[in-house]
Amino acid sequence: MSQAVIQTDAAAGAAGTLAATPTVLHPSVLVDKAAVRAYIVAGISYFFVSLLAGALYSLQFLQAYPFPGVELMSPGRIRMLHTNSVAYGFLVNVFFGCLHWVIPRLTGSPVLSKKISWFVFFAWQAITFAAFAGIVGGEGQAVEWGETPTWIDPVVLVGAAVAIVNFAWPILKSGAGAGRGASGKSMYVTLWYYSAAFVWLALVYFMGNFIPQYWVPGAAGAATVGIFIHDLVGLFVTPMGWGLMYYLVPVITKKPIWSHSLSVIGFWGLAFFYPLNGIHHFFYSPIPMYAQYGAVISTIAVEIVVFTVIVNFFMSLRGRGDLLRSNLSLRWLYTGMVFYFTTCLQCAFHTTLTLQKIIHFTDWVVGHAHLVMFGVFGFWLFGAIHYLWPRVTGRQWVSPKLNAWHYWVNTLALLVMFVDLLAAGVVQGWLWSTLAPWEQSLIASVPFWWVRSIAGIAIVAAQAILAYHMWITARSGAALEERTAAASPVVARVGAEGES
Amino acid sequence: MMERATTVMGVAGVLCFAFAGLVEGWLPYTHLSRIPVQSLDQIAPRPSREFEILAQRYPQSFRAAFGASRPTKAAFHDALRHGRDVYIAEACWHCHSQFVRPVSNEDVRFGLVSSAAEYQNELNLPQLFGTRRVGPDLSRAAGKRSVDWHVAHFWDPPAVVPSSVMPRYDWFYDESGRPNREGLSVITYVTFLGRERAREQERQARTGVRPRHGARR
Repeated sequence: MSQAVIQTDAAAGAAGTLAATPTVLHPSVLVDKAAVRAYIVAGISYFFVSLLAGALYSLQFLQAYPFPGVELMSPGRIRMLHTNSVAYGFLVNVFFGCLHWVIPRLTGSPVLSKKISWFVFFAWQAITFAAFAGIVGGEGQAVEWGETPTWIDPVVLVGAAVAIVNFAWPILKSGAGAGRGASGKSMYVTLWYYSAAFVWLALVYFMGNFIPQYWVPGAAGAATVGIFIHDLVGLFVTPMGWGLMYYLVPVITKKPIWSHSLSVIGFWGLAFFYPLNGIHHFFYSPIPMYAQYGAVISTIAVEIVVFTVIVNFFMSLRGRGDLLRSNLSLRWLYTGMVFYFTTCLQCAFHTTLTLQKIIHFTDWVVGHAHLVMFGVFGFWLFGAIHYLWPRVTGRQWVSPKLNAWHYWVNTLALLVMFVDLLAAGVVQGWLWSTLAPWEQSLIASVPFWWVRSIAGIAIVAAQAILAYHMWITARSGAALEERTAAASPVVARVGAEGES
Repeated sequence: MMERATTVMGVAGVLCFAFAGLVEGWLPYTHLSRIPVQSLDQIAPRPSREFEILAQRYPQSFRAAFGASRPTKAAFHDALRHGRDVYIAEACWHCHSQFVRPVSNEDVRFGLVSSAAEYQNELNLPQLFGTRRVGPDLSRAAGKRSVDWHVAHFWDPPAVVPSSVMPRYDWFYDESGRPNREGLSVITYVTFLGRERAREQERQARTGVRPRHGARR
């Protein structure tokens, strides 16, 4: 098995490893910086809208919703908008931007076509906007994370397929495809995650949005919805996130990932166990129990796999821990990773049927979901944006102080929200089981909901800081020095010669 | 070999996913599909009492909404389907679940524990189990509240339940404050949920036979 390693050309130049890959083009030719920029801007815009929607929705819980009785601002619809634009507006957009940066650099070839890139970009914005309008107009679909109106679903599939072909082309072309290319080069870890995620995205989206909608009713439909809820996160967002981690961490620390074997275990463990988890969203439902037990066991198995990945990344940081202080991107990435570990550890416990009795249906799950989607993937994307934005605009961040504010407000507000919602969940769960009148659980939740709303508003404010900072950086930041730009990474593969 | 794109796409992307789909999706499906999927004709052969009351209380709105002056079966089915669509459009399922678990005293609070058979019908395509309860479970809502209660509650929930955090649904009502097609339909739908199970529970209470699915904790 070959050892695939990312190095920066600054580090690799002296060792002459670049000579082993003679066809590597200069990154400035490979990467469509304008596309990266456009995706990041679109993603952050949708993120802001989505967070506003979330904060607004949370006011309903305080009986303080500012637009009572207004159909187009109905809290239920705003709730769907919140998750839908996080998933498709924020995560997909920024991930696609990252793909435009990462894939050409790892494969040495540009994406299939610049025209397709821009077609996909505008098509995707049209899709997310149509979903936005459809949901607010009362056409939401009854699938969590799949609220996109049913008539848009086929368009999403087509759009995703075009995007996938565009991105997968350089991967397949670069010799990473079976038996093709010089000496059967093997792919870097990031590309395993990306290639698999492309296939998963199409399959998962089709399964979740069509099967329970048109063909399979009741409990069996719920089983597929469970798989969808879980796999959109687990088989698209998670591999996109880990792909980014495996790319950015070595690039920033200028050190290879500690253990290739653990990378292999992490990837294949995720591929095998993650899709089996879905039904843990519907424990004690009329779905057959063996399927529920299967979900318990595989969820705990995922935690073991996650542990290997976390160990790998912490060992990769050995000797460079000081960078957590000096490099904000890396701090975002590792903060996200600690949260990832926390959520997965949580999963291993609260997937047990014992804890499910109390915490299911409560705010505990909401707290967990926020730690995953925002604390992990949001934070990783902040790390990526922090790294990429100067490189795609050619300007340095204007104010380290604003960056620090953005980091600390987000981190502290999220932690407050997370702990607050967990506690609220336990209170609600116990009150329900004691058969206290239902209203008791609402009255007891109000203080927790206040804290949640305040934390949520702080998170919105933090993103306003980010948006403002990105804007002034692009407009008036000091130029990024040429040397720094040239030191951006290209791939060198070490030890590939041993394999034919 | 394991690190090539085609292997990753084929084995991780397709095979692992297919295996999970087989175990966690197809197997439950093959078991559950032995229970025939019922149409509305089968699960709702007669209009509900609540639907008849709505027709009496709001004859004009009723005629405008369903094109019939009497609570016919066709009008009833129209109301159930449309009510389900309203329930989806307003994301009611984000705050109300539709299944009763055999734990946490839920059978005492709500009614009989859910069984797969009651979801094998066209009203549950798509399924609406839900994953969060801000408000109570609705799968046993039939017979719990009157039509008048629902009419007042959808208009202004805190007026009926002071601590309620449910939003108001002004657009379920016409200018005169009477429920329109949306309001009539969603009330018909909610008051229909679990009707058969409620009757079953009554029968069992009368005859003293323990519920089949009454496993307690």
